[in-house]
Amino acid sequence: MKIPYPVLLKRTEDSPKWLPVVTSVGAVLLAFIISGVILAVTGADPFKVYSYLFKASFGSWGAFSDVVVKATPLLLIGLGCSLAFRMRLWNIGAEGQFFVGAFMASAVVMVPLVNLDTTPRWAIISLMAALGMLGGSLYAFIAGFLKAKLNINEIIITLMLNYIAVLWNNYWIFGKWSESGFQMTKTFPKSAWLPRLADYAKQVPAFSGMTLHLGILFGLIAAVIVYLIIYRSKWGYKITLIGDNPRAARYAGINITANTILVFMVSGALAGLAGMTEVSGVVHRLQERISTSYGFSGVIVAWLAKLNPFVVIVVSILFGALLVASREIQPSGISFLIQGITLFLVISSDVLLKYEIKWVRPAQETAQ
Amino acid sequence: MNWIEIFRSGISTGTVLLIAAIGEILTERAGIQNLGVEGMMLVGAMAGFKVAFTTGNVWLGLLAAIAAGGLLSLAHALVTIHFQADQTVSGLSLTFLGTGLALVLGDGLTGQTGPVIPRASIPLLSQIPYLGQIAFSDHNLLVYFGYLLLPIVTYFINKTRPGLHLRAVGENPAAADTLGVNIYRTRYLYTFIGGCFAGLAGAAISVAIAPGWYSNLTVNGQGWIAVALVIFAHWNPWRAALGGYLFGILRRFTLDLQGPRILFGLANPFFYNTNLVFFLQMTPYILTIIALIWGSSAARKKRIGAPAALGTPYQRGERGL
Amino acid sequence: MTFPEETNTVPAVEMQDIVLRFPGVLANDHVNFTLYPGEIHALLGENGAGKSTLMNVLTGLYKPQSGEIRIHGKKVSFNSPRDAIANGIGMVHQHFMLVENQTVTENILIGLDTPRFALNLKKYDQEISNLAEQFGIHIDPTAKIWQLSVGEQQRVEILKILYRGANILIMDEPTAVLAPQEADELIETLKGMAAQGKSIAFISHKLNEVKHVADKLTVLRRGRATAERVDLQDFTRESLASLMVGREVIFNLHKCEQTAGREVLRLEDVSALNNKNLPALRKVDLALHEGEILGIAGVAGNGQSELVEVITGLRPCTGRIWLEGKDIANKPPSFSINQGLAHIPEDRIGVGSAPNLSLTSNIIMKRYDQQPVSQKWQLDYVAADSLADGLKTEYDIQAPSVQTQARKLSGGNLQKLILARELSSTPRMVVAMQPTRGLDVGAIESVQQLLLNQREQGCAILLVSEDLDELLSLSDRIAVMYEGQIVGVLCSEDFDITQIGLMMTGTLPEELPEKAQAEEAPTDGTPSSFDEVLDNLHNYEESTQAKRPAEIEPSSESAEPIEALPQPESSATPEDLPQNLTEKERVLRKVLGENYKQGDEE
Repeated sequence: MKIPYPVLLKRTEDSPKWLPVVTSVGAVLLAFIISGVILAVTGADPFKVYSYLFKASFGSWGAFSDVVVKATPLLLIGLGCSLAFRMRLWNIGAEGQFFVGAFMASAVVMVPLVNLDTTPRWAIISLMAALGMLGGSLYAFIAGFLKAKLNINEIIITLMLNYIAVLWNNYWIFGKWSESGFQMTKTFPKSAWLPRLADYAKQVPAFSGMTLHLGILFGLIAAVIVYLIIYRSKWGYKITLIGDNPRAARYAGINITANTILVFMVSGALAGLAGMTEVSGVVHRLQERISTSYGFSGVIVAWLAKLNPFVVIVVSILFGALLVASREIQPSGISFLIQGITLFLVISSDVLLKYEIKWVRPAQETAQ
Repeated sequence: MNWIEIFRSGISTGTVLLIAAIGEILTERAGIQNLGVEGMMLVGAMAGFKVAFTTGNVWLGLLAAIAAGGLLSLAHALVTIHFQADQTVSGLSLTFLGTGLALVLGDGLTGQTGPVIPRASIPLLSQIPYLGQIAFSDHNLLVYFGYLLLPIVTYFINKTRPGLHLRAVGENPAAADTLGVNIYRTRYLYTFIGGCFAGLAGAAISVAIAPGWYSNLTVNGQGWIAVALVIFAHWNPWRAALGGYLFGILRRFTLDLQGPRILFGLANPFFYNTNLVFFLQMTPYILTIIALIWGSSAARKKRIGAPAALGTPYQRGERGL
Repeated sequence: MTFPEETNTVPAVEMQDIVLRFPGVLANDHVNFTLYPGEIHALLGENGAGKSTLMNVLTGLYKPQSGEIRIHGKKVSFNSPRDAIANGIGMVHQHFMLVENQTVTENILIGLDTPRFALNLKKYDQEISNLAEQFGIHIDPTAKIWQLSVGEQQRVEILKILYRGANILIMDEPTAVLAPQEADELIETLKGMAAQGKSIAFISHKLNEVKHVADKLTVLRRGRATAERVDLQDFTRESLASLMVGREVIFNLHKCEQTAGREVLRLEDVSALNNKNLPALRKVDLALHEGEILGIAGVAGNGQSELVEVITGLRPCTGRIWLEGKDIANKPPSFSINQGLAHIPEDRIGVGSAPNLSLTSNIIMKRYDQQPVSQKWQLDYVAADSLADGLKTEYDIQAPSVQTQARKLSGGNLQKLILARELSSTPRMVVAMQPTRGLDVGAIESVQQLLLNQREQGCAILLVSEDLDELLSLSDRIAVMYEGQIVGVLCSEDFDITQIGLMMTGTLPEELPEKAQAEEAPTDGTPSSFDEVLDNLHNYEESTQAKRPAEIEPSSESAEPIEALPQPESSATPEDLPQNLTEKERVLRKVLGENYKQGDEE
């Protein structure tokens, strides 16, 4: 058999700097193509679907505002995941931390924890944000602690905690906090709403109907903070070192247990904050469906962005667009499919960063 | 509280977990961790249901499910064995991929009724008082398949030559490699087999034990529970089965808790407050966490661990001078 | 190419003119190796000499760039280990290739085509039992590997290859991990197998044992043979040492006389378990002083790793460890690092560096919290880069820039990086484990000189090394470890390879023979003086360099030096030389005569 075949050889030099960008972008494009094929197989028209996708997300400012709204939780969760993944902590529990954050934020209104009529709006919102972060971080602490002390697989723990969080919220939504028997709480008073562009429709008519809310600002600030942490701070250096070689980190005197727990908590705080922005800025109540799998999409966003906080911003906008547009198209799982294929392709293409492809004819081989 | 019914139901549900767990045990014994089981179960469930529904033949559906799970696992195998990507991330990505595929291709099937694997009772054995009713009467055929699977797989792993190689590859691939065992081929094979089992487990839900397709609620985390079960069972099929059945029993038990007005002599809180059902629904997941915690500390004490080479990609290393 | 006498039998193995190159390294430089049936042929050389590599060529793992191999007279070319196995060649590796939680029989059966499907273990248990009996090996085939002692595990490896019909056995440093009694048992077993017609190649770097086990000897040094198929009777231990190790580099080391200062480290009654929960350290007492290098000698696996780990806070222990008056036992690594303890780890890549991070990141690993790198919560990468740059120049680390990733560095440069990191913080104490392992000669010299410089500045150094000569040339005192205990401590005046070697294998200091006896004159037919042997050695080296391996003539008559060379000072006896040279230096000084490079002698 003298057919030449491709062989993967370890790269001796660095891969070209443009390669990671190309692979990420290429993965997304290829994912769209493959999904298009699958769509065609199921009888839908991929071109119609994709052009609709594009129009529905970037066709107008209103649409773009919707995109940003969907991107906000993705951004926050993506940032949290990028921090955790940098230390090779697989926090797949962002979904659960999101729900717990939403719960804690809602508690401010539902209990209520402060007098909703007399407390100024900024104070209520700040309290909600703080409690949202606290809730998320405490929930993440569970997984972090178990991982740090008992070295239990954090993926399974966080996934189980996801389901538990949803059910916990359901208990309150269907029960004590239920609004006249419906499966949701009452609508929050305006003082507990994150300010939106639409609130200023009187001053700027163009803003009318735009639901873009302050949460995006939280996200952007968080991106800057995460950037500073990772690239400028001592803590970020420690995280990177642990992620690259935990044995070396231990040898260098770094406390891996403490850092594991801490990173999980920060990652959870961001996811919890995302939950708060969703109940305070979008649905203005606590209900069963508050997340279109943000927790999982956030994981993909972080990976696609190769853990860079500013790239996370870009990718979360893209995925936000995907989520907005796929709301109304059949089949409904298409956005999940595209995301899944994208992630898979990104992982597969990572191999090109470590290896290059050489075509080999059998005669050239020598015994290893 | 009909205990017979609870045990029966437990065995049915447990069979699903059992099949998926055994597949994953085979894969992990070869050294590959496949976290995509949830996704593979979903495509299996979808494929099984869809094919059975459209062709009217439930056995074809089963075959389709097995093929679907297997094919998806080949993607995982390629990426982790040949490309040496991180097995954790790859497995996760396959869960997403499988879920996405299942949701898209399974569109429109929600709520439909399709053909179901027939049920049967085993003569003689079903006459045994209590046990016969619980274990051998009027069960889906796949349940009996599960019974058979256990001794066969155990025998295969421990007492056959291919089983020997499987174990060696997962414990010390370098040793097996120097003796001429093809590490790559072995790992590909068992990843594929594991995927097939996962697909079968998914179909076990959609065309046998809880028939129907309800998008991702069909599996709803059981794939993850199966993966946790493998750890808890210390990679032993019998313990995995035990864990699976126990799980099923506890699950049914907690659901049934809602029924009676009086529970253990006191007024049943679950009856009077229907919202407490959510806590009951949490039990499988809480149990999994507890099982993991318990499993890891027990393992530590007994010095039993995962297959030593689990999760590490194999590369024929350069011998030092 | 001449082959000694023996009989007219066909050699089992003939390797001719083998050349094997790796990127950047010439591992085997026109090496010849011949093995007869029923013979035990030792392959001697230090780490990196090329002996394992040569044997890996024989087992089909590597393909040489040139050279011929003949098995039982038939020319062969191996493309994979399977080919070698098919030709009756089997290798017992230094690191066992066994599956711990399977039984002996199961391990032996891996990779075979029979049994076809069902494992009838009982039948094979019996077969293997019989095979073992045939060669006088005692083993229980139903035992699991983790239950067996190291010696027994090794016997399983031997059985593995015997079961596959091996006639040619290659033992790679087999006694490296054995206790003395086990080593003796092994040697008996090997002799028994040779008596039954097996051919055995025995790779070792241990002078003493080679004499006990082998019939013939080939010595490799840096890829070339310095002695080929010689009879062991003709050499003393000292001459073997020089054949193995002769390094000119040693003479360039500047080591001045120094008296040790106050105590810096003290271990009291320290005991610890290893990873298998077996005792690795047993009530160790040790003291280390300012300005002193304390070498730890011992066969790998006698507790040295654990000793280093308890001192550096990576392993729990009982007992007390005082560093400058503070008890550092069982405290996290950060504690001892803050007390000025530097650690050069054994595993450069797995522990000592972060492979994907830059040089800078690796250098600041232990000082990200200090000025000038640390600015409150921030890390001043600019300051870090310039710090790294300075160190890169000072320590001569070859790399494109400080941004280069650590994994791109060669072994030597990586070690220099680690040294730069550890030594530049002016530590009070350094723990160095195998600092020159696997490095090329130039790098070895740099590293050793750096350690000596630290010593001069008053630093206390604990040096663990497998390289006895390194220990001899660098240490002020040497402590010998055996089975988790310090068997004896020698001061530099009393350094003696023989004694240390004996201690390394468990002989207590009281039982050691007097030094003078080691140089007893041998009986007739063999060189009548140490010097003649050295003459022969000298001749041999010269002739090998001309790529014509000459015979080694044991009798003194034919010891004619090649013309072109200056006459060695053959009339000088050891006593004429300055007393404060190590034995090594004495020996080689004589050999090379005027070619001897003048170091800075006192």
